[in-house]
Amino acid sequence: MWRFVIGRLLQAIPVIFVVITATFFLVRAAPGGPFDAEKAVIPEVKAALERQYRLDLPLHEQYFAYLGDLMQGDLGPSFKYPGRSINELIESGLPVTAELGAYALLIALVVGGLSGILAALRPNTLQDYIPMSLAMVGICMPTFLLGPLLVLLFGIELDWLPVSGWGDIPGDKLMPSITLGAAYAAYVARLSRAGMLEVLSQDYIRTARAKGLPEWQVVIKHGLRGGMLPVVAFLGPAFAGLLAGSFVVETIFQIPGLGRFYVQAAFNRDYTMILGTTVFLSTLIVLFNLLSDIVAAWLNPRLRAQLSE
Amino acid sequence: MTDTTLQAEKGTSLWEDAWRRLKKNKLALFGLGLLSSFVVIALLTPWIAPYAYDAQNLDLGATPPSAAHWLGTDIFGRDLLTQIMYGGRISLAVGFVATAVALLIGVSWGAIAGYLGGRVDAVMMRIVDILYALPFMIFIVLLMVVFGRNLLLLFLAIGAVEWLTMARIMRGQVQSLRKQEFVEAAISLGLAPATIIRRHLVPNALGPIIVYTTLTIPSVMLLEAFLSFLGLGIQPPKTSWGLLISYGAETMEEYPWLLIFPGLALTLTLFALNFLGDGLRDALDVRRSAD
Repeated sequence: MWRFVIGRLLQAIPVIFVVITATFFLVRAAPGGPFDAEKAVIPEVKAALERQYRLDLPLHEQYFAYLGDLMQGDLGPSFKYPGRSINELIESGLPVTAELGAYALLIALVVGGLSGILAALRPNTLQDYIPMSLAMVGICMPTFLLGPLLVLLFGIELDWLPVSGWGDIPGDKLMPSITLGAAYAAYVARLSRAGMLEVLSQDYIRTARAKGLPEWQVVIKHGLRGGMLPVVAFLGPAFAGLLAGSFVVETIFQIPGLGRFYVQAAFNRDYTMILGTTVFLSTLIVLFNLLSDIVAAWLNPRLRAQLSE
Repeated sequence: MTDTTLQAEKGTSLWEDAWRRLKKNKLALFGLGLLSSFVVIALLTPWIAPYAYDAQNLDLGATPPSAAHWLGTDIFGRDLLTQIMYGGRISLAVGFVATAVALLIGVSWGAIAGYLGGRVDAVMMRIVDILYALPFMIFIVLLMVVFGRNLLLLFLAIGAVEWLTMARIMRGQVQSLRKQEFVEAAISLGLAPATIIRRHLVPNALGPIIVYTTLTIPSVMLLEAFLSFLGLGIQPPKTSWGLLISYGAETMEEYPWLLIFPGLALTLTLFALNFLGDGLRDALDVRRSAD
C-alpha cells in the first residue's frame, strides 16, 4: 500500500512541474508587458517597476527565480493590486471557496448518494425513474443557467432567499451551494445507482441474504463499500469541476472567493495573479486526484490485496 | 468498404440490428429527431431566420413574446428567435468541430498505441496519463486570456482536452482486436500497419467510438457555454447560447424570457444528445469503459 501511495506521489511531482513550467511560459508569451498600458509612466519608474517584478532579467533567470520563490511558498506579487501579494489574496479567498465547495459536495453526496441507492434497490419502478429523470435534468442543466433560474424563482419571484453575498444575511449560503452541488448530485446519483446495481447482483450479497441478514444490513454493510467505488473514483475529477463551477457560482452570487479572483484576474490580465492562482489551483487539483486514487484503491479489496503483495 | 463480401454482410446486419434496437428506445429517437431538426435549422438559418441578424429596433426595446417576435426581443429590439438561431449555429459548430478534433487525435493515438504495443504503447499511454492529471479547465481559461478569444483556438483547445478518453477507449479496443484471426491474417498478408488500422481496426471499433462521440459533444458544448458565460469564449458581434444566457442573466429581473429561451435551447440540445448517447450505448451493446 505504501509503495502505491509513494509511487503515486512521485507521479504527481512531474505533473505539477509541467503545470508550473507551462503556465509560466504561456503567461510570459502573452503579448504586451504589464506596464505597457500605462503610457504616462516615466521610463525610470517603469524600469524600477520592472526591476521590482524581475522583468529586467532574462527569461530563464526569471523562471528559476520564480521556481525558487515557489519552493518557499511565495506565489509572488499582484500586478493590479500593488502591495498585495497573491498569497494574501489566496488566503482571503480560499476559505470562502473551500466552504462553498464543501457544502456543494455534501449536497452532492447526501442527495445524490441516497437517491442513487434508493433507485438501485427498486430498479425500473417509480423509485428509480423519478430520481434518475431528475438526475438527467441536473446533468443537462448547466450551473450558469441553474444559478440565475434559482435566483429568479426563489430570490426574486418568491423572495425567500437572498440573491447574493456570502455570510452576510442568514440563508445566503444556501442557493450558491445548491447551484454548485446540483450537477454533482446528479452524477453521484447515476454512479451510485450503477455501482449498487452491479454489487447487489454479486454472489457474496446472495450469501449475506441467504444467511438471514436483514436487508438494510446487507445494503449498508456489504453493498455500500463496493457500490460506492465509482463515486469515490469520481471525486477526484469532480473536485476540478467544482473549482471551475465555483468560477461561475461566485460570479453569479458575488461571492469573494478564489474563483471570482481568478475570473477577475483573467479580465484584468493580471498576469502574476493568473500565474499564481493557476499554479495554486492546479496543484490542489493534482493532489486531490491523488487522494481520490488512493482512497479508491484502499476501498477496493482486490486492488488492495494486489498492492500489499 | 471494398472488403470481402463476408465482412460486408456481417457489418450490415450489425448496424441493422443496432438500428432496430434504437428504434424501440423512444427517448433516444426523440433525441435523434430533436437534434436533427436543430442541426437542419442551424444549417438553414441564414435563409429562414425571421429577421436579419443585426436588425435592431431601438424604439421597440425589450418586449415579451408576441406574434411578430415569437420569443420576444432584447433591449436593442433584436428578435430573440433570430439570435438563438444564429447562436445555435456557433454552439453546435463548436460541439461538432471540437469533437471531431478530439475524435481524430484520440482514435489515431489510441489505435497506434494499441497496435504497436510494447514500449511505444507504454510511452504513449504514459503521456495520456500525465495529460489526464493536468487541470485543463483552468488551462483553457488561461489560453483564452493569453491568446485572445478566438474561435479557432477555442476549437483546438477544447478538442485537445477531450481526446484523452477517446484514446484510452480506442487502445483497449485495438488491443483486443489485434489478437483476432482476421487481423493476424491481414498482418501475414503483408498489409502495412496504417492500412490494417484504417481498414480493419477502426471499422470494428466503431461502436464505442460512436457512443463516446455522442457523449463528448454535449460536454464540449457545455465547456463552450461555460467560457462564453464568463466572457472568455465567443465574443460579440458573434453570439452563442452561452453568451445569450449570460446576457439574459444580467437582465432577467425585468426580461426573464431573455434568460429562459436560450437556456431552453441549450438544455434541450444537451438532453437530446445525452438520450441519444445512452440509447446508442444500449443499441450497440457497448460496455462501460474499463476505467
